[in-house]
Amino acid sequence: MAFVNKHFKTLQILVLLVFFFTLYLLVTPDETNVLWRFPALFAGFPGAINGFAEHLMYDWFPVEVYDSDLEEYETSALIRELTRGFSGGVLFCIQFVREILLGGVKTIVAFTSWDFVGDNKWAVWPALPWTVVLGGAILLGYALSGKMLALLAGIATSYIAIFGQWEPAMETLSFVLIAAPVSCLLGLFFGAVAYKSKTAETIIMPLLNVAQTMPHFSYLIPVMVFFGVGDHAGAIATIIFATPPMIRLTLLGLKRVSPEVVEAGAMSGCSNSQMMLKVLIPTARRDILIGTNQVIMQCLAMAVIASFIGAKGLGFNLLLALNQLRIGQALELGICIVLIAVVLDKLSLAWANKQTDYFADSSYFQRHKYGIIFLIFMVTCVILTFVGKIIFGGGINYFYLIPHNQGITTEPFWQAGVDWMVENWYHGLQTFNNWLIIDVLMPMKAAYLGMPVSATFVLVMGIGYMIGGWRSALIVGGFLLFIAFTEWWDRALITAYMTSFAVIVSAVIGVIVGSLCAQNSFASKVILIVCDTLQTFPSFIYLIPVIMLFGVTDTSVLIAVVVYATIPATRYTVEGLRSVPATLQDAGSMSGVNKLQRWVNIEMPLAFPHIMLGINQTVVFALFMVIIGAMIGTDDLGQYILKALSDKNGIGNGLMLGLCVAFIGLAVDHLIRTWADQKKIALGMT
Amino acid sequence: MPSQISAAKPVIKCASVYKVFGENAKKLLSQSNGYVDAKTFKDAGCVVGVNNASFEVFEGEILVVMGLSGSGKSTLLRCISRLTDTTAGDIFIDGQDLLAMTPKQLIELRRNKMGMVFQSFGLLPHKTVLENIAFPLQVKGKSTDESMTRALEMVELVGLDGRENYFPRQLSGGQQQRVGIARSLAVEPDIWFLDEPFSALDPLIRKEMQDEFLRLQGVLNKTILFVTHDFNEALRLADRIAIMKDGVIEQLDTPANIVLCPATEYVRKFTEEVPREKVLKIESVMEPAVDASLLGPLQVSKDAIIFTVAEAVLTEPKHVAVVDGLGHIVGSVHASKIIHMLFGNANTTDDKL
Repeated sequence: MAFVNKHFKTLQILVLLVFFFTLYLLVTPDETNVLWRFPALFAGFPGAINGFAEHLMYDWFPVEVYDSDLEEYETSALIRELTRGFSGGVLFCIQFVREILLGGVKTIVAFTSWDFVGDNKWAVWPALPWTVVLGGAILLGYALSGKMLALLAGIATSYIAIFGQWEPAMETLSFVLIAAPVSCLLGLFFGAVAYKSKTAETIIMPLLNVAQTMPHFSYLIPVMVFFGVGDHAGAIATIIFATPPMIRLTLLGLKRVSPEVVEAGAMSGCSNSQMMLKVLIPTARRDILIGTNQVIMQCLAMAVIASFIGAKGLGFNLLLALNQLRIGQALELGICIVLIAVVLDKLSLAWANKQTDYFADSSYFQRHKYGIIFLIFMVTCVILTFVGKIIFGGGINYFYLIPHNQGITTEPFWQAGVDWMVENWYHGLQTFNNWLIIDVLMPMKAAYLGMPVSATFVLVMGIGYMIGGWRSALIVGGFLLFIAFTEWWDRALITAYMTSFAVIVSAVIGVIVGSLCAQNSFASKVILIVCDTLQTFPSFIYLIPVIMLFGVTDTSVLIAVVVYATIPATRYTVEGLRSVPATLQDAGSMSGVNKLQRWVNIEMPLAFPHIMLGINQTVVFALFMVIIGAMIGTDDLGQYILKALSDKNGIGNGLMLGLCVAFIGLAVDHLIRTWADQKKIALGMT
Repeated sequence: MPSQISAAKPVIKCASVYKVFGENAKKLLSQSNGYVDAKTFKDAGCVVGVNNASFEVFEGEILVVMGLSGSGKSTLLRCISRLTDTTAGDIFIDGQDLLAMTPKQLIELRRNKMGMVFQSFGLLPHKTVLENIAFPLQVKGKSTDESMTRALEMVELVGLDGRENYFPRQLSGGQQQRVGIARSLAVEPDIWFLDEPFSALDPLIRKEMQDEFLRLQGVLNKTILFVTHDFNEALRLADRIAIMKDGVIEQLDTPANIVLCPATEYVRKFTEEVPREKVLKIESVMEPAVDASLLGPLQVSKDAIIFTVAEAVLTEPKHVAVVDGLGHIVGSVHASKIIHMLFGNANTTDDKL
């Protein structure tokens, strides 16, 4: 008995493994055998969802609408009219910003008519010359933060213009400039509501969990059904995708405001709204800012994905370039997206940190310094544009607007590089590629697919029981059951195999790199900055270099996934190890530990819960990237979601598939989080 | 003493105030008929914060609530500032029923009559010193010019000149608390709450801030409710002290009376280590006036702390006359009495003093 008590955990694991392998070996692969595969009880769900969506869009609650073109009343469904009105509003905003930057007639048309524009040739909104935008960016950077930011903004803007990506970049920018603020405001609003009301929080939190683990593509389908296709649809999908992290971080920040600050606000006589706007939100600024950064990152990550439903801009061109395997161009476009992401990120940060200066007895000129400088600059640039018109004659006016793909390009250079690599490294890369696919990936995939559903349940629920008792076992079992009842269990297994492969490799690399860097405070700082920068890149960017090296294969997908998913593992390892209390380090030193002993006996045990949270992030990142990998060609859930996207009745399939992916993520998330929380409490680190 | 001058008018009046944390607090309390036993409540899943507190604070008085952590002193303060809801009982501020106030009235009250200082300062991290101090005024709707002018006055009052545009994170603890004090005084409140304002500070700074506090009170003469866990601080600052334990006010009296006649064993333990000569006034060791022939030339005020006059009294062979504020002789004291007070066995001779 004493033996059992002492090795209780080990025995539990052994019993579990014995059960698992017995089932694995004994259950025969037969479609009628319930132990092998569950019947697809949920197969009718997608159709039902489709029917429901259609009913909502076309039949439910008919209203009379006046059609100004036909000049008569017609019947339409309420939801349809609402979404149509909303789409129109978003589209107008995007076009308005776009035409300020690029010129056009659509804004004028919105207030008059196409006939009016056709009759009056002068009624065209001129574009801002790119030099004005450049000056504006530099000035904004300088005003908000200083020379460094001004330099960064200047370089980024010039790069975009000179490399001939001005038009798509401004298209992307116009769409981000609408989507990001809307997401931030929505996030703030819902975060504040959740903070105020416990009921709202209990409703919002599970929705957020699902929303944040649903793959990007899944959002596109319902948006397409309800809002149609185009820039506005892209913006709406982006808003839906970018809002959840903002809500979460707003809530987190508000909850972290020290009670004394809240009390101080109350004792100063704040009303409810003053309390929220002047005390809570500004005090929670740090977390809310992280939320804003995430929103901006998500917006740019979605720039590519939203192009699937008609959003124009860099993302669309990048997608095109990737499909045509024009690596050089894809790279240039990718850099544009990254530059916009980084500059917007820094500008928003600097803006939030900006303080107003009272008692500055400044003159009119000083107070409006930047406005005046910008005006002068604008006038100069406009004159320069006219001068340019004369210099360049009938050709392209390089001072006004450099048309798409008319700038400098480094594409031949990159193409030559790719060719050179293919020529010289082809053999080595191909050998590696073959080895990986044949000796590692194929057997692993076969092993996953050969797993009877009963064995999977025993394993996963058993782990759940060991970590969090019956409650956890039932939760993860529930998530799994949903997937098992759909017709995509095999696809889910493939997704699981790719994700687990990537997670294992990422975790190993991340923990090793993180541990090595954490030995030294300078290296820690550097690696954290590297992680920060890499995280600013939209996930899509990671596909470019791997396609360059490995072409369109599973290996490419997996390497991109590994690179992307290693970031959180590394970051959390460094953070976890660096946050081990100094007194414990000293205690270790005085006990005479060497570096390895310190790492094994002191640092790792204490940092492990935090590292596990990093692994948790790694799983979510990997899952997302695996799904995005469908673009290159995989045969997992992602590929089916992509197919649903081009299907007229795809909404049901898309949502169900999205939920499958989300539930895989949530099951893992639940297990790791429960475990890490328990461990943290046990170590007294809450 | 201010408390005696205007004794007729309580600014804060608490009557049987209870604060019980927990889900069924109200129900349990109504069943208990006013007698609350912490243990039975704990078994029912409730924690008693304040247990039947009744007292009054008068205009211009400093009432110090003293107790160890978990004694309910901060909870009591938060009931009176209505930062938490009182479970049962009545609280009156200037005769108005605090607990019956609507949220709007409460905001008005806080904007005009109350100021509060917090243990960890509770400064807004995104605002400068000046903006923090001006915050209550801006919340009230005062113009930027007006509130900034007033805030600058307050900066001067608490001696932070030259640091107006610093952020809280750039200040030391003592300086941050000066900002907290300035902010709480910016709207010129009548009632001043201080929740362990100096507990987070180093001992030397704490002493300095206590002096500063007394200086300010000398100028401003507010009605003050001051919470602390430091008995010596309570003795130094208080007009009257309320000692709390497990939510109950064990004793509420002047510092001298608490030191001289502790009401309970718990209070007595606090008084054991107290250097009496630094707390007690001549008044408390004074004997009836003796014949003028026995008096020496020396006269001491009845309000003088014994420690400050001990040397003079001890070197005077004759009796020393004790005078009141107007110079009338109200009693006498002899060196032997002081020596007894200083070196007699304090623990057993309380009654003989």
